[in-house]
Amino acid sequence: MLKIKDLHANIKGKEILRGINLEIKAGEVHAIMGPNGSGKSTLAAVLAGREIFEVTHGEVTFNDKNLLELSPEDRSREGLFLGFQYPIEIPGVSMVNFMKAAVNEQRKHRGLEQLSPADFLKMMREKKELVEIDSALTNRSVNEGFSGGEKKKNEIFQMAMLDPKLSILDETDSGLDIDALRIVANGVNKLKTANNASIVITHYQRLLDYIVPDHVHILYNGRIVKSAGKELALELEEKGYDWIKNGE
Amino acid sequence: MSKTTTISVKEELVDLYLSNLDLITDRSSAILNRGRQAAIENFNLLGLPEAKSEKYKYSKIEPLFTQDLEKYFTPKDITFKIDDIFRCDIPEIGTDLALVLNGFYLPKGDKLKKLDNGVIYGSLAEASVKYPEIVSKHYNTIADNTSEGLVALNTAFIQDGVFIYIPKGVEMDRPIQIINLMMSDENLFVQYRNLVVMEESSKASIVICDHTLSVQKFLSNVVTEVVAKPNSNLELIKMQNEHNDSAQLSHTYVHQQRDSKVTTNTISLHGGFIRNNLNVLLDDVGCENNSYGLHLTDRTQHIDNYSFIDHAKPNCTSNELFKGIMDDQATGAFNGRILVRRDAQQTQAFQSNNNLLLTADAKMNTKPQLEIYADDVKCSHGATVGQLDMEAKFYMQARGIGEKEAKLLLMIGFAHDVVKKISIEPLRVRIDELVDKRLRGELSRCHNCPMHCC
Ligand SMILES: Nc1ncnc2c1ncn2[C@@H]1O[C@H](COP(=O)(O)OP(=O)(O)OP(=O)(O)O)[C@@H](O)[C@H]1O
Ligand SMILES: [Mg+2]
Repeated sequence: MLKIKDLHANIKGKEILRGINLEIKAGEVHAIMGPNGSGKSTLAAVLAGREIFEVTHGEVTFNDKNLLELSPEDRSREGLFLGFQYPIEIPGVSMVNFMKAAVNEQRKHRGLEQLSPADFLKMMREKKELVEIDSALTNRSVNEGFSGGEKKKNEIFQMAMLDPKLSILDETDSGLDIDALRIVANGVNKLKTANNASIVITHYQRLLDYIVPDHVHILYNGRIVKSAGKELALELEEKGYDWIKNGE
Repeated sequence: MSKTTTISVKEELVDLYLSNLDLITDRSSAILNRGRQAAIENFNLLGLPEAKSEKYKYSKIEPLFTQDLEKYFTPKDITFKIDDIFRCDIPEIGTDLALVLNGFYLPKGDKLKKLDNGVIYGSLAEASVKYPEIVSKHYNTIADNTSEGLVALNTAFIQDGVFIYIPKGVEMDRPIQIINLMMSDENLFVQYRNLVVMEESSKASIVICDHTLSVQKFLSNVVTEVVAKPNSNLELIKMQNEHNDSAQLSHTYVHQQRDSKVTTNTISLHGGFIRNNLNVLLDDVGCENNSYGLHLTDRTQHIDNYSFIDHAKPNCTSNELFKGIMDDQATGAFNGRILVRRDAQQTQAFQSNNNLLLTADAKMNTKPQLEIYADDVKCSHGATVGQLDMEAKFYMQARGIGEKEAKLLLMIGFAHDVVKKISIEPLRVRIDELVDKRLRGELSRCHNCPMHCC
């Protein structure tokens, strides 16, 4: 589904990604872990098409398309979803209008009719239940005044609405209380099929108790320095990152 | 060089007054004629606002008057189907309508209506004849003829406009709508006058819509006086929707008495040149004033909002929120003056002015001006001039929303902050739709008025 080959990216002339290689197949869950500032969010942002990062080298194919050539919106329409580490507040734009615009653009891209207002509201209701998000939240402006946890839940809600092929969840677990963590993880699990895949970026093994990864990668200093099965996360929890950093 | 032009424009206007004096006064009541002489003398002293005056620094008024414009002192016959206009009314609420064409009240039936609850609305000229005691008591009592040349000019010339009277204790359950139409086969300069009297404990909403219906050049100089008596509550919404060759100078004077509440919301949707002066006097304790404004300005359009909130007495609150979106080469200014006089303890006065510039060529000048002479007050002001939030734009794109649409949603969201202050829901929804259309570029002419008036 996603193939990343020797990806390098800069911000303001500073190289952050320094040769990433990664392949993700349908049905898989990959976890990416790594110390602060190692480039995890940068990788997510580059995949989603954030212009402030400059790709200097490498290739990314997403379902046989050259991902790097697509605009951010086309990447999303092709089925890529980024759950933001820091979701953005958009004052004045209601969740309902925001989601309506997003869902309908996605449908247009897939050659589907626009949803009727009734069908759209029905869909909103169903997906809201999935992540147990308070109705009052979706009547407000996008993320405006949402608590940290509410913002994260809202990311998963949007993911449910858009039904992506590949979702990249950047620290969706941080800031969640224990119940919310379970709800969010369950939501992600319910959305999982044999045809979609996800990348979960996290610092904590705890999330991976719920969302069990097929592969765990350690990103350090702009490179994936170690990949293994889910046991790697347990090892990190125990030993920290020093052995990785020193091993370099 | 410019000095000589100033003198000649001023002299021309004074001459125009003198040579049409009979025509102007013969058709007007004594009440309207009363202040003319003093007004023209004031105008002769003051002249038009000059660019070197701080208050008009960003808006050149004089060139507007050197255009070749016709002036009429009797209503000019215009053939147009009035029914086309009156497909109108805001659905779901219905409004009481007052129509002004080129500065003269245009009756659909009677020139003046009196509703069962005692509310009177219609032609100001007619009201000054039929209800001289009410008009006489309030007309030209709060407009500033002594320092504002344009107001003096208006007082000297005006013959008509709209009069609205809400009697003591009456609460209107639907808005009164004033539609000002400009339509002519010649370039035109018009002046008219509105007077709103809110008696004690009355409540009303008034919607004023300004439209141009033909392509000619128009210049209008309009004064609106609002008297809000104790405990009254008025919401005054102004929709400016004129074409690029139009210029509007509007002066609104609000006099608030004890415990009154007045909310004005000026939506400048479209217009070649707009200068809005809003003057609010909080003249007794317990008043609340909300002054809101939104402008969507593009191409070579110019907008200038000036507001003056005078906290003369203790314990009053004022909230100001003005927002603007500027595209292309548009230019604009905001000057918000707040005066808290020495007696006005426990004043709360808040002001913010936020602007979005969509291009590097668009320009906005914003200037808060707080003068505080009392010590126990809570005041704040803030002004921003910025671009669209790129992070928010990316967030939307990451959900599949195209770049153009994402920008539009952000602009609509920005504008909605002001629109949401409108308390009448169907009207709010309409104006939201209009703003949406305007930002999408689907509203270049005024023919898609939200009120379906035209
Ligand atoms: N907009 C930016 N301007 C300058 N430097 C940036 C910018 N964004 C990221 N960086 C730098 O890139 C590096 C990688 O940051 P990134 O956010 O990808 O790390 P991360 O692995 O997600 O860290 P964390 O675990 O703390 O979320 C950091 O050194 C960071 O300071
Ligand atoms: Mg990060």
